[in-house]
Amino acid sequence: MKHRVSNTKLHSKVYRGGKEEATRHAPGRHPAYRVIRRGADNDANKGRRREAAWYKDPMNVIITGVGGQGNVMASRVLAGMLVSEGYFVTIGETFGMSQRGGSVMSHLRISRESVLSPQIPQGKADIIVGLEPAEALRVLTRYGNPDVAVLINSRVVYPIGVITGELSYPSLSEIESIFKKLTAHSWLIDATIAAVELGNPVLSNIVMIGAFTKTGLLPIDRIAFAREINKSMSADKCALNLKAFDAGCEMIK
Amino acid sequence: MSKLLSPAGTQVLFMGNEAIARGALEAGLNVAAGYPGTPSSEIIESFAGVARERKLYVEWSTNEKVALEVAAAASFAGLRSMCVMKQNGVNVASDFLLHLTASGTRGGLVLVTCEDPGALSSVNEGESRYFARMLEIPLLEPSSFQEAKDLTKWAFELSEAIGNVVMLRSVTRMSHASGNVICGKLPTKSRRAKFDYDGPVMDARTGPIISTPVVAKHTLQQEKLKMAGEVFEDCPFNSYSGPKHPELLIITSSACFLYSQEAIRMLNLQKRVGILKLSCTWPLPQKLLKKYLRLTDKIMIVEEVLPFLEENVKVLAAGMFKQIGGKTFYGKMDKTLPAVGELNPDLVAAALAKIMKVKYKSLPAAYTKELQKAAALIPLREQTFCPGCPHRASFWNIHNALQLDGREGFVCGDIGCYALAALFPATGYHTVSTLHSMGSGTGLASGFAKLDVFGMDKPVLAVCGDSTFYHAVIPALINAQHNRADITFIVLDNSGTAMTGFQPHPGLTVSAMGESVPSVDIAGICKAIGANVAISDPFDLDGTCKILNSFVASKGSLNVLIMRQICALSPEKKGKKKFGVKVNEALCLGESCGCNRLCTRIFRCPALIWDRTKKKAVVDEVICAGCGVCHSICPQKAITKTEVIN
Repeated sequence: MKHRVSNTKLHSKVYRGGKEEATRHAPGRHPAYRVIRRGADNDANKGRRREAAWYKDPMNVIITGVGGQGNVMASRVLAGMLVSEGYFVTIGETFGMSQRGGSVMSHLRISRESVLSPQIPQGKADIIVGLEPAEALRVLTRYGNPDVAVLINSRVVYPIGVITGELSYPSLSEIESIFKKLTAHSWLIDATIAAVELGNPVLSNIVMIGAFTKTGLLPIDRIAFAREINKSMSADKCALNLKAFDAGCEMIK
Repeated sequence: MSKLLSPAGTQVLFMGNEAIARGALEAGLNVAAGYPGTPSSEIIESFAGVARERKLYVEWSTNEKVALEVAAAASFAGLRSMCVMKQNGVNVASDFLLHLTASGTRGGLVLVTCEDPGALSSVNEGESRYFARMLEIPLLEPSSFQEAKDLTKWAFELSEAIGNVVMLRSVTRMSHASGNVICGKLPTKSRRAKFDYDGPVMDARTGPIISTPVVAKHTLQQEKLKMAGEVFEDCPFNSYSGPKHPELLIITSSACFLYSQEAIRMLNLQKRVGILKLSCTWPLPQKLLKKYLRLTDKIMIVEEVLPFLEENVKVLAAGMFKQIGGKTFYGKMDKTLPAVGELNPDLVAAALAKIMKVKYKSLPAAYTKELQKAAALIPLREQTFCPGCPHRASFWNIHNALQLDGREGFVCGDIGCYALAALFPATGYHTVSTLHSMGSGTGLASGFAKLDVFGMDKPVLAVCGDSTFYHAVIPALINAQHNRADITFIVLDNSGTAMTGFQPHPGLTVSAMGESVPSVDIAGICKAIGANVAISDPFDLDGTCKILNSFVASKGSLNVLIMRQICALSPEKKGKKKFGVKVNEALCLGESCGCNRLCTRIFRCPALIWDRTKKKAVVDEVICAGCGVCHSICPQKAITKTEVIN
């Protein structure tokens, strides 16, 4: 089935007529996130899928959080959307006992050419999606670079060492200022509150996917999301997840 | 329709394990058996999900040895079968495996071992490639997701062609990673089972399937291996990519191939370094290796974990010295690459950069410095039991019973999530003192209990999970009873193989394929052995402690306490709170309470946090699972619980 990119606005705002115009601190203007429109949007092209071509191949995305926050599910949904768009996606992740209450990470590599190593090299993340602030920061310190874009859920999950009092957790404003300083673009949203308002904190990961989609960093949209979750979820669950997705979209202005 | 049954030609995102499962289905698999273990479990689960449509028989067996026996029976009857396990499982299955590879097989039989370099979800990083060499059977290692599917399919052909087991080895970064796979055709016909055994002893098709006469069968086994080696010479799964005359040749397999490719790209060495990717790693294809070893005199071998390829390539190179000349080898043996743990593109790139004398363009120094500064602010996140985990309550009970007894009793641990109790940060106290293979906690306890004649007078306890009980504990328990080892043995029964994803086990009434089956009762088995048996709910702290205290104090009997409470992550429990739990700030005395912050320093539930400004405990309702246990531990009764009406 041919898929039509519905959110024209989202894509056209980053269309710069093929010229590279790298301005920092603006998503979509950053060289890594350029989406170039192939072919004019005229009648002849109507209904044809718009080719998204990145300045950079592969795009390296890391989704991180604490075991139990739905990291694996988020990475699979994202990857599924991109595979449907014709990309090669490689996901590297670990799950099982070792992640109980621990830090978790999914590495996504999105390419037009081939599958890649399931582990992203250090300093090579293009995008970090953090379901928990300290975990986002942890990933930044290992995989970050001055061009990275970061989306963070502000909801803290305290490590045991912090609860006992042996360790301390940096303040949210401290974390925010580090992200502002060390990334090309960052968003800090409270996805968990939005999920709680929808009745279940477990939806935080879907709120984050909605927000992530809205950033326009990847060629994905609501239709692709709906199609992806339709594959595995019942109708009522799909509706609830779409609500969570929309709530996330609204959090990115 | 299941993704696993996607039509031929479609491109799907498969986890490595799903790709292996799809490959087996394309080969016309009939029977699959295994025992759960990360990172292997999704293969059997995948089969179970399509068993009806594909007319498969799929089971979770009691342990890996039985699983291999079940799979072998299918092979003997001419069917295609697969046996799946993690690296530890091969040790368990090895006794039968040693005899099976001597007797040979009929229908294609593929043994899949999913291993865990770096022990991301294991208590060892052992590997089974050495088993393939010792057992004289072919070994295949896929290096991409597509290949995981294609190579698995091919493994069945190979097994059937040579009449022996073929071992397929995957690793966590293959099994639990995902990538694009183009599906092939699924066969439409299924085989019929037929077992012939009346023919002559040496007739592989009709004779009895036995490993004797040993020398004659061993000769045959080696001929089969030689045949596989010849097939490997032209096998398209082994391939070279790189310049005609590379300065350095990388020989690699499995996920390390992807790391090597990435490292070459990172350093822009495409024109100087070539990669020989081997998917057939035992026996090594000699002619192929001769051809590529000739290309250069610098060879780097990239593999996980032990230097298996390196050793074997070096032996071959020594034998071919006259034709290929002397070589400089880089790898694990000369410490170019780390000798332990898992590899990644950075480690391979660092090794490459050193050998090729190039520099890797890293981040600006000022930026790196800032990152390091930020890294120092991040608190370590140690593993711990989940909120609402029955094990936290169980070990709380055990810890308290041992404290009350006062003789410094200790616990021999076993394999499951509850192994976390051996790690200090998971709980605020030590209870578990040993941790080895499945079932070994009870065997060790049985041994410790006999040391009283040497002056060791301490209560000895052993714990194991419900699935572990069936897997390997029963012989040790019989040993304890028969040899009068007075231990207190505790079954942490959370109603499923929880750590690996709730696979059913013999204690449940449902099979892998979702059929109704008789459950085998743990208490009944223990009673039949002759033990004192009691059952308690670990969330009932008073009741459980009372039984435990009497068990620990008693002499002259084997005591078994089954602590029964469903895992907090189980589908029937997850997301459903039994209690609403809150801290009554007026009652919480904080630092000035004599409890020394029992709740947040010792009990250590991630949902029970410490408010540093108010200096009081707080329940994080988003994380809290509503088990209500913390209500029972607070001496001030400041933690309240109210039943949630669903």
